[in-house]
Amino acid sequence: MAEIMYWEAIRRAHDEEMERDPLVICMGEDIGVAGGTYKATKGLYEKYGAERVIDTPISENGYTGVGIGASFLGVRPIIEIMSVNFAWLAMDQLFNSAAKVRYMSGGQVTAPLVVRSAGGTAHQLGAQHSARMEKVFMGIAGLRVVTPSNPRQAYGLLKSAVRCNDPVYINEHELMYNMKGEVPDGEYFHPLEGSEVTREGSDVTLFGYNISVHWCLQAAETLAKEHGINAEVVDLYALAPLDRAGIAATVRKTHRAVIVEEAEPAVGVGAEVMAIINEACFFELDAAPVRVSAANVPVPYNHKLEKAAIPNAADVVAAVRRMFGK
Amino acid sequence: MNVADKKRLLREMLFARRFEERCYEAYVERKIGGFLHLYPGQEACCHGVLEAARPGQDYVITGYRDHVHAIKCGADPKEVMAELYAKETGSSKGRGGSMHIFAADHHFMGGYALVGGPFPLAAGMAKAIKMKGGEEIAICFLGDAANNQGTFHESLNMAKLWDLPVLYVCENNLYGIGTRIDRSTAVIDQYKRVSGYNIPSAQEDGQDIEKVFKAAKKAVDHVRSGKGPYFLELMTYRYRGHSMSDSNAYRSKKEERMWSERDPIILLRDRLIKAGEITKDDYKAMDTEILDTIENDVIAFAESSPEPRVEELEKYVLAENDPWVYGGGR
Repeated sequence: MAEIMYWEAIRRAHDEEMERDPLVICMGEDIGVAGGTYKATKGLYEKYGAERVIDTPISENGYTGVGIGASFLGVRPIIEIMSVNFAWLAMDQLFNSAAKVRYMSGGQVTAPLVVRSAGGTAHQLGAQHSARMEKVFMGIAGLRVVTPSNPRQAYGLLKSAVRCNDPVYINEHELMYNMKGEVPDGEYFHPLEGSEVTREGSDVTLFGYNISVHWCLQAAETLAKEHGINAEVVDLYALAPLDRAGIAATVRKTHRAVIVEEAEPAVGVGAEVMAIINEACFFELDAAPVRVSAANVPVPYNHKLEKAAIPNAADVVAAVRRMFGK
Repeated sequence: MNVADKKRLLREMLFARRFEERCYEAYVERKIGGFLHLYPGQEACCHGVLEAARPGQDYVITGYRDHVHAIKCGADPKEVMAELYAKETGSSKGRGGSMHIFAADHHFMGGYALVGGPFPLAAGMAKAIKMKGGEEIAICFLGDAANNQGTFHESLNMAKLWDLPVLYVCENNLYGIGTRIDRSTAVIDQYKRVSGYNIPSAQEDGQDIEKVFKAAKKAVDHVRSGKGPYFLELMTYRYRGHSMSDSNAYRSKKEERMWSERDPIILLRDRLIKAGEITKDDYKAMDTEILDTIENDVIAFAESSPEPRVEELEKYVLAENDPWVYGGGR
């Protein structure tokens, strides 16, 4: 099993799927000749040509709609939207056309496309280039939402998403493209539903997704070493649908839950996971579930303010200690 | 267009008119719910253009005023009416409604209710056709008011940039809901607006089906020959309000009268009568036969069909048993 970077994993999935199926195409701003802002499509233009590796104008709603229309006729587009902030502009087509067309046509027309977009807060990119919109995407019936926390997932989720007959939104992260991790040498298809127990524990479950899984893992180490608390870390790589059974199973085991999200708390992943815990296993709880979320502010430019707005591993440790009265 | 074609088109347009009028009645009787956007007055646009194309093969998409386009593509009127009646036998199994008629078997790829939404979808279908090397084209019918959406400009730009086989048909009925075109749009002639994208375009009388057919033939030939997109503007008028909830108080009687004198069905009918191809009695008999078909065949089917089962509420949200959801293993 080779160690490759997150961007290389995404690139490899593109390449394999495009090699296999001539109807797989990719589209987006600067993805072709320029090789992609995150290198996720590097070299594909040279290999597959301009008809299949399409540099689009800066028209997010328009080119997303083009991809959706092509998918009606069996083309499998992988659309890269450079930043989740720009994906806001494509929400009309993604929500009104892709997510609803199967239902409103009684199953006649489907939109099997993939939209990948980089979210999260990087370094001082300011309010309009730092976005955590997964909460919006995960609330739309008819749309699958996944978010890889490591290169293996980035590779395997894209492989499955391309072949799946539903529209899939893949929420990536600005800071994670250079992260290294093991990816199987052979083809690997990651499930689009479910969750993964990344670290076994018995005292509390730390729920994370995408980058916050890493904050949870760091926090779990500190909690074990310095505070004698054995935390389980659950990776919610699928945000829509969320893994109700998996969430309930770990809470039944640890009886405590902390949900860690990079986004503002309102109407978010934390709120949704708490609701599931309430509905599925409320009487298993030994303590009220807690959210560790971002401050409710547009992301500031100033480095100190930016850091203060976004949670980190220390915040997770503090939240768990409060929960245990330590 | 030979005489037999003209006679057939007269019947098709009259059927469309009577179908829509019957929808109006059913709506008043509360058999049809939601929003209902009717087509009377504009029949020559849909029929003239699609007569010049290959309905059933070419991929057609439109907005929410979609019943007639679906039927012209080959959708069964019974199933369209059953959809309006929200029945399981409806063209979208009762899940879509008036604004979301689909007949994918006949390549009618749907009615969409976001104004301007179909512009990029049509370009995308054209992209797929081009990739697969097919002879079909994509045809997108929308109203004039849709041209003020960003999707209009974004889609025209990409359609030309990539020379996609897509025909955009603008049915200019002069009103965006209740706002007259000169109060919403800086350039009144819509065909002029696409010149900024280097797309050939034309404007034609949308009430005279022979003129529509001729203009559409040129447009379709251009697109099918691989020369890229084309934009055809057809000047027309809808007799009723934008939808059933529109009081239609914003238009003068004089204007309405002026357009009704250029009714597309009457124009063709009188031309055929004058040429001695049909008589007034022939026309009346045709009308009676159509009304009977709609009542005894179309409405009866919609009335007697079952509603969808509540147990199947969540069917069609996502693909069923898609193995890739489980990593391909199941």
